[in-house]
Amino acid sequence: MATRAHRMSGRVAPSGPSAHAAPPLLAAMPALTLIAMLGPVAAGLAGTLLPALGYLPAAGLTDWSTDAFAALWAWPGLGAATRLSLTTGLFATAGALGIVTLILAGWSGTRSFRLLERLLSPLLSVPHAATAFGLAFLISPSGWLARLTSPWATGWDRPPDLLIVQDPWGLAMTAGLVAKEMPFLLLMALAALGQADAARRMRVARSLGYGRVTGWLKTVFPAVYAQIRLPVYVVLAYSMSVVDVAMILGPSTPPPLSVQIVIWMGDPELQRRLVAAAGALLQLGLVVGALAAWRLGEMAVGRLGCLWAMNGGRGRRDAGLRYAGFAFGTLAALAVLASLACLGLWSVAGFWGYPAPLPDTLDLQSWTRHLPGIAAAGGTTALIALAATLAALVLVTGCLEAEHRSGRAITPRGMFLIYLPLLVPQTAFLPGLQTLLLTLGADTGLLPVIAAHLVFVLPYVFLSLGDPWRAWDGRNATVAAALGTSPAGVLFRIRLPMLLRPILTSAAVAIAVSVGQYLPTLLVGGGRVSTLTTEAVALASGGDRRAIGVWGVAQTAAVFLPFALALALPALIWRHRRGLHG
Amino acid sequence: MADGLQLDRVCIERDGTRLIEIDRTVAPGEVLTVMGPSGVGKSTLLAFITGTLPAGFSGHGTVRLDGTDITRLPPDRRRVGILFQDDLLFPHLSVGANLAFGLSENVSRAKRREKVQHALDEIGLPSFFDRDPATLSGGQKARVALMRMLLADPRALLLDEAFSGLDAALRAQMRDLVFARATDRRLPVLMVTHDAEDARAAGGAVIELGAA
Repeated sequence: MATRAHRMSGRVAPSGPSAHAAPPLLAAMPALTLIAMLGPVAAGLAGTLLPALGYLPAAGLTDWSTDAFAALWAWPGLGAATRLSLTTGLFATAGALGIVTLILAGWSGTRSFRLLERLLSPLLSVPHAATAFGLAFLISPSGWLARLTSPWATGWDRPPDLLIVQDPWGLAMTAGLVAKEMPFLLLMALAALGQADAARRMRVARSLGYGRVTGWLKTVFPAVYAQIRLPVYVVLAYSMSVVDVAMILGPSTPPPLSVQIVIWMGDPELQRRLVAAAGALLQLGLVVGALAAWRLGEMAVGRLGCLWAMNGGRGRRDAGLRYAGFAFGTLAALAVLASLACLGLWSVAGFWGYPAPLPDTLDLQSWTRHLPGIAAAGGTTALIALAATLAALVLVTGCLEAEHRSGRAITPRGMFLIYLPLLVPQTAFLPGLQTLLLTLGADTGLLPVIAAHLVFVLPYVFLSLGDPWRAWDGRNATVAAALGTSPAGVLFRIRLPMLLRPILTSAAVAIAVSVGQYLPTLLVGGGRVSTLTTEAVALASGGDRRAIGVWGVAQTAAVFLPFALALALPALIWRHRRGLHG
Repeated sequence: MADGLQLDRVCIERDGTRLIEIDRTVAPGEVLTVMGPSGVGKSTLLAFITGTLPAGFSGHGTVRLDGTDITRLPPDRRRVGILFQDDLLFPHLSVGANLAFGLSENVSRAKRREKVQHALDEIGLPSFFDRDPATLSGGQKARVALMRMLLADPRALLLDEAFSGLDAALRAQMRDLVFARATDRRLPVLMVTHDAEDARAAGGAVIELGAA
């Protein structure tokens, strides 16, 4: 056995790509990131729990009681609101997952698939509120679709009295969520596909005589689903508790639980905040329950799937499913695109009588009227988004670099922590965070809003930057170190410049996430911070289509501009460096 | 203490299993070839010497360079040059900037350009300073990578399948160039390869791994 000296030198042999001890700031990055991400969530949940139990010193309430829950139970809309939260969430998730599965099963690897992928990817970043508004303008009885088909096909010469949007079952809202969440799940599934060894599994299945869809479902789906489980949970939690989409497309009497919580939060009577807190806890319970039910469903489907795989059915006649998947995918993509077009059209519409398919005149009056407001709100939006994005990039690159230097890869538990802020419903902890800030007297200024945005921006930066960061060839670092470059030198002179493109893409994702945030801005900003999104959603009840069109287009542009820059900048900066254009 | 690269009872383990044991000294200007099929951990030995052993592996023993124990030094202080099968020229830097990257920071600004230009002349690429490395041929890239490493003034040279990516004619040329430079500078060379032709051309001692 080795002598003591050998053991000593053996122990100091680096486990990672460097024998440098990470500098303290870098070593602290993972802890700082966790605090930035989970601190507000934990504080917000505490700030929800206390008022729900009657404790709200800011309002002079210090007696513990269950009155808030009693008031919540007494609210006549509770049953319907709860049911809506559950049905919209579960149906939207199942719908989006189902369509993504059929598209992948039927088309992955084909040319049509790449077309669909190109159609759907940009839709990922379109803000939820803009999509919802556009969809409402598209499918409502006085919407574009009705105009395009009236009166020659429908016979309508004025809008029929149909409740297509804001229907009591939340169908329009569910449809909107399906269209908006599908691109997200598709992108996550695409990333998972590479690790699922899909091509070879399919070759085996096909050679054994299995149909395309059946073979894919039986051999590839289990591997892909295992990888996208957390994103699916995110979609479920989000769809159950979304506020802006629900305010635009969802029913109003009663609204889904999440919307009612926000209404209670905005009530001048502070007692109502206790009911809101109780509602927020109910919302949390609902989401936890639905996630548990979904997990049980997964197990049941897994069992049945094994039996199905063993029965040997080849599914040679499954082509219908294939085309159904393609049709639904295209429909969703076209719906979102048409919605955006509809917003754009209304923003420049002059007089537009019903049922004319197009406005009589086009002008820029709406734009001129709203431009000062858009400039002001746009400035605030940009400031918040840039600050949150910069902070997130510093924290995440710090974490990834610390991971690289320590040689310890992220664990499944770590992955779960990254997803956690997206799994806790916003309506469950943001009201508490507002109450807490109010109690501390810190409910002013942009800083709390930026911190709240950071909670939601961080996970997405982690998810979008992690893979390209880890895929970088570590031998570049070895070569640079062998040439005498310090670890910091390797990071700043080699790694970051080589990863410029994914870093900028990540930044664009982060900005899109921040721009789209409604509830954190509204609640944590105490209603005094106006962004493009809060202003746009505030127009929902007014029904001024031209104003909504203008603000919706502005909101969408605020998201697309960074993506365009993320594409253009690396192409410009590295225009003489072919090795960096993948 | 002996000059050259001394591997004093070096042993690499993974999960308690010994992959490699080696106890040799490579004298200045000599080549030691480590041969064996892929997967026996030849590259891990080189990673131990450069100080970049991946997580999951543990190394024991002492590495000395010209008598100095470098086992505990960080990778950037070891002055051990390494060439891989891929050229690994940094794609965001021009050819000249890649070479200047290797040059010690103590070389004055005025001298840098001159030294890099001289290096380019030496490998027959005098007009390549501002070129994008991606536009070079495989042989040209390999030569630039070699010069970049030599400009950092290493005291030992590691070759990790360095010639495997080149076709037969280029391969012989590149081998001659590398070994000639190493002999000129009296560098100890440790070469890992699976190709017997490389070993013969090196002309030094050969260790076979994975045979046992």
